[in-house]
Amino acid sequence: MSKNTIVAGLAIFVIAVLSPFWFNMVTATQAAPKPELLGKAATAKKCVFEKYDMRANHMSLLDEWRDSVVRDADRKYTAENGMTFNMSLSTGENSCLGCHEDKAKFCDSCHTYASVDPYCWECHTNPKEIE
Amino acid sequence: MMKKSRRSFLKVAGIAAIGMGAAPAMNFASSGSGPVKAPNPEALHAHRWGMVINTNKLTDDVAEAISQVCHASHNVPDFDHEVDEKKYPGLRPVNPKQEIKWIWAEEFHYAFPDKEDEFLAERFHHLPFMVTCNHCKNAPCVQACPTQATFKREDGIVIMDFHRCIGCRFCMAACPYGSRSFNFRDPRPFIAETDPDFPTRSKGVVEKCNLCAERLAKGKQPHCVEASEGAIVVGDLEDPESEVRALLAEHYTIRRKQALGTEPSVYYIV
Repeated sequence: MSKNTIVAGLAIFVIAVLSPFWFNMVTATQAAPKPELLGKAATAKKCVFEKYDMRANHMSLLDEWRDSVVRDADRKYTAENGMTFNMSLSTGENSCLGCHEDKAKFCDSCHTYASVDPYCWECHTNPKEIE
Repeated sequence: MMKKSRRSFLKVAGIAAIGMGAAPAMNFASSGSGPVKAPNPEALHAHRWGMVINTNKLTDDVAEAISQVCHASHNVPDFDHEVDEKKYPGLRPVNPKQEIKWIWAEEFHYAFPDKEDEFLAERFHHLPFMVTCNHCKNAPCVQACPTQATFKREDGIVIMDFHRCIGCRFCMAACPYGSRSFNFRDPRPFIAETDPDFPTRSKGVVEKCNLCAERLAKGKQPHCVEASEGAIVVGDLEDPESEVRALLAEHYTIRRKQALGTEPSVYYIV
């Protein structure tokens, strides 16, 4: 008697615990958008770090770059792969946006998906958006 | 099963502990070439940047041109600019007291209140005195800033990291020259033409002259120097061979509110 109730209770518990998985099975889920490499970035294929490092740590890199530029006036960054970059988000040829030309498809698509709202663009300007 | 004595156990544990410590040390030693940060090769350097302004060479037109080019290239908002109603609908009216300035022409008795004289030479009443951040040697704004958003660079430039500014305005209270302005509102609607080479600011941060650090880094002279038709010279105050030192050796110069001991780096030839 009590065995049946326990088994039934366990079954309900397992179903309830795994509910996010059931939910995802019945609703359509969106895969994380891939940042699109366009223009120069598509041909260069090499950034400051490897792809996965870049995905995980680009925010710390930008933070480090900012301190270096503003405080030490060091504006050239030679990465371990030997490539030299202009430590800037949006100004000049060799900056982030200088190579990744489309902000909407490179930055915004992932940030929107991940629901993060960095305030870079409150001050920094996308040269493409200035009319 | 082998019986372990306390002694042999401690021996093995000790060796293991050394091994655990050694691994990170070896990794650290073997990682030879990390990333390298360096200034631009064409950058201009100085031990202490300073400015000499020859007031005899400044006319109202030149003074206006200097402010104009500085403010345009640093995306300083102009509250006289007509706002694009379609892009920014429903903005509250501007308060002219909240204007933002990096460099501007001032009357002598405002720029040098301690040097005002009952019988001041007539021409001083009409000359435009260009005033800006003095990049003081003992900058009170740097001491006042609680977040180190304002700091003194090794080359003497008093500069801001706008990211760190929390908008407390202690620096504005500390600066005896009124060189700093606060963004009471989003400046973007009031920027006629955004210069892509310099960021704008956001609401809630203080801003001021940065001696065109972004241009010095590219080997160029500041905008005010280029627009001044020879009236403004920027150079190294600690280099006896520099042009600014030659001017200082040759002319009598004054600085603003010297008695306060802030040691301004902007000199005026009068």
